Amino acid sequence: MEHEFQLFPEQASSYAAKLDWLYYSLVGVAVFFTFLICVLILTFAIKYRRGSRASRGNPSNGNLKLEFTWALIPFVIMMISFGWGTRLFMEINRPPADAIDMYVVAKQWMWKCQNQNGKGEINELHVPVETPIRVTLISEDVIHSFFVPAFRVKQDVLPGRYTSIWFRPTKPGTYHLFCAEYCGTSHAAMRGKIVVMERHEYAAWLEREGTTPASVQGRLLFERFKCGDCHGGDASDDGPMLSGLFRRTETMRDGERLEPDLGYVRQSILEPQARVVAGYQPVMPAFQLSEEQIFQLVAYLETLSAQTLKSNTLPEELSR
Amino acid sequence: MITLGRKPHNYLNANYSPWSWLFSTDHKRVAILYLISITLFFFVGGATAVLFRLELMTPRGDLVISETYNKLFTMHGIIMVFFFLIPSIPAVLGNFLIPMMIGARDLAFPKLNLLSWYIYSIGGVFTIAALVSGGVDTGWTFYTPYSSTYSNTAVMTAALGIFITGFSSILTGLNFMVTTHTMRAPGMHWFRLPLFVWSNYATSLIMILGTPVLAISLLLVAVERFFRMGIFDPKLGGDPLLFQHLFWFYSHPAVYIMILPGMGVISEVITCFARKRVFGYEFIAFSSLAIAVLGFLVWGHHMFVSGQSMYAGMVFSFISMLVAVPSAIKVFNWTATLYKGSITLQTPMLYALGFIGLFTMGGLTGVFLATLAVDVQVHDTYFVVAHFHYIMVGGMVMAYLGGIHFWWPKMTGRLYPEWWGRVSAAMIFFGFNLTFYPQFILGYLGMPRRYHTYPEEFQVLNVMSSAGASLLGVGYLIPLGYLLWSLRYGRAAGDNPWRAKGLEWTTTSPPPTENFHVTPVVTEEAYAYSAEESEAEYQRQVEEFARGEETLEESRREL
Repeated sequence: MEHEFQLFPEQASSYAAKLDWLYYSLVGVAVFFTFLICVLILTFAIKYRRGSRASRGNPSNGNLKLEFTWALIPFVIMMISFGWGTRLFMEINRPPADAIDMYVVAKQWMWKCQNQNGKGEINELHVPVETPIRVTLISEDVIHSFFVPAFRVKQDVLPGRYTSIWFRPTKPGTYHLFCAEYCGTSHAAMRGKIVVMERHEYAAWLEREGTTPASVQGRLLFERFKCGDCHGGDASDDGPMLSGLFRRTETMRDGERLEPDLGYVRQSILEPQARVVAGYQPVMPAFQLSEEQIFQLVAYLETLSAQTLKSNTLPEELSR
Repeated sequence: MITLGRKPHNYLNANYSPWSWLFSTDHKRVAILYLISITLFFFVGGATAVLFRLELMTPRGDLVISETYNKLFTMHGIIMVFFFLIPSIPAVLGNFLIPMMIGARDLAFPKLNLLSWYIYSIGGVFTIAALVSGGVDTGWTFYTPYSSTYSNTAVMTAALGIFITGFSSILTGLNFMVTTHTMRAPGMHWFRLPLFVWSNYATSLIMILGTPVLAISLLLVAVERFFRMGIFDPKLGGDPLLFQHLFWFYSHPAVYIMILPGMGVISEVITCFARKRVFGYEFIAFSSLAIAVLGFLVWGHHMFVSGQSMYAGMVFSFISMLVAVPSAIKVFNWTATLYKGSITLQTPMLYALGFIGLFTMGGLTGVFLATLAVDVQVHDTYFVVAHFHYIMVGGMVMAYLGGIHFWWPKMTGRLYPEWWGRVSAAMIFFGFNLTFYPQFILGYLGMPRRYHTYPEEFQVLNVMSSAGASLLGVGYLIPLGYLLWSLRYGRAAGDNPWRAKGLEWTTTSPPPTENFHVTPVVTEEAYAYSAEESEAEYQRQVEEFARGEETLEESRREL
């Protein structure tokens, strides 16, 4: 975070330079046409001022060819801008498979960040350099927006629904995190820091902070709420097994087919009757978990997905 | 012009009692009522801007607390959008001129016209009530669930004010459309209509089709606020993005309500001061309609980062790009109109040329916003603030002031002082650019809009912007002063001081209550100007002047 006057934003992600190419190209187009129009206006205003000796013979009141030309030129430029902008937009909407997950809960007026491998932070998020980071976002109250200008990324944070964003930091340093969607009284104070660290420093930082990874905290929740009692994976269980959940396609009681994701898990915890897997009774009670707790549980479920589907691979203390 | 004895009968001196104004169904008097009310709102809205620009001189919040700051920008937005920009050109100049331009005695529904002013005023009273009863802090966009659940300010009073005012725009739009269809003078075909009428026709279309959707969205916010019925708040089972879809379905077309009538004014002014027929009449006329229709299909470009589907974003981006085409056509055609003209640079022309430059910049930066990836960076930053001020202030307010100066002699029978007019037009142009140009840079640097405090590195640009705003403020006060002055002390204008074409200039200034003593018959195209004739006449004047000088010189020698 520089405190000096600047005209151009810092480029601190792999994507920033790519966007700047497009942006400065558009600046070029804008400057060219603004100058063109201004020069034409000034030239005509001087050359054809009343009393000047310029010829006014054969005035033209329209010229179809000319008008189609100056409709076509902007059209072509627009299409190039559309194509270029869309290609980059698709890129930032599709995180690479090896991205590290971070979870962020926004509320009036703070950012609660949960690192997949450890510490929960307030208004700060530490990330390693040269590593793709996927941030999953949710709000506890109104709409916020997660905006890191140095990375050129922004994503609104909605209550009740997950959104996500990804970036690959390229330069160690501290960068602004702004809330960009007006969210009430202290909107302008809802600012945070993204701290990009060298990988080894990041590893040392994780070590030093010595906190439990989200998945471990999730496992504790899993135990506390006895999720395994019904979702352990035995045929006699009341609920579908949770290991391997994110790699399956489930059919719902109403015939809807879906690939369970974060949003589905969240809904199943808060309103279990909403979408029940076919073959099971709607008997699960609702659990009032906080958004952070849901993130932790999901982080734990992700580790289950990575294992084989048998229930005996669950941690010993969970199996009956 | 020398008049002996009683002044000729006109709409201003027909009756002096206040009732004759408050219950007048004369479209010209209703236009004056609107002129007075929107001027009041413009200066209230401007005062809020002065306050928050002062606050933004420093990165810390040292002038007002954040709650007050939020209420200031909210009131600025609500007042300027709903109570100044939307009614500005249509309700003042449109009301005054449309019947006269098409050769009619009044609008099709004179009583509805008066009613729409009353509805507007009642809506205005509610909004002012919201302001004095503690204010509103949702932003003029009323995004849910903040507005429907979380804000504990006078949201409903303000929303009710906007809801009510909406009906006045619907009635005005209806009136203009029916009038244009049914009341044109003999010989006034569609393609002889002044482009001002075309652009107000396109505007009316948006007012009629769009405004009800805004009314519905605000009503739904009220239902959720009062009855806790889940529509937008996910905690109650609603969807917060639904509001954005509904709101922008109106409010994006509403942006075109705030620019199309301005484009109409520019076409009138440029042709008159270039003494040329407008270049490509049909292209300009149809581009207004194209903008009005396309405007209904682009609302999703306000939501590229909202969490709507990526593919929806692509479709909206594509259609938004198309809007650039009719806009570009207009700019090129106006510029081409100057070619081989006989140009003079009186105040209205300065405003019109300023408009073209600023609208071009506003339009081109619109392309940045329509480009998906660029919008991700600049959405909800000062870039957007700068962009829409270039369109709405650089465009619409410049056009409105240009129009007021152009038709002031017709409306009041007086001339404003030309020198002051030019000075303030130049001041507004420079003040405007100094205010808003730095905001483009701030936006790409990442300064979010609606920020009460900000990181220190943004201060220099913010100070520049505030300095420009003070210049702009003075620029707006000067015309207020000299226009009022001219009512009493201005030179008598005569019927047609600009030697302009168009039916409104064929009647007396100020016009009689019935507009025309005899219904005009139209026999020529719109803008039948000739630069060559204008030059020839100018030569005659110059020679006459030279002869006068010679005579003077001779008589001096004789002495």
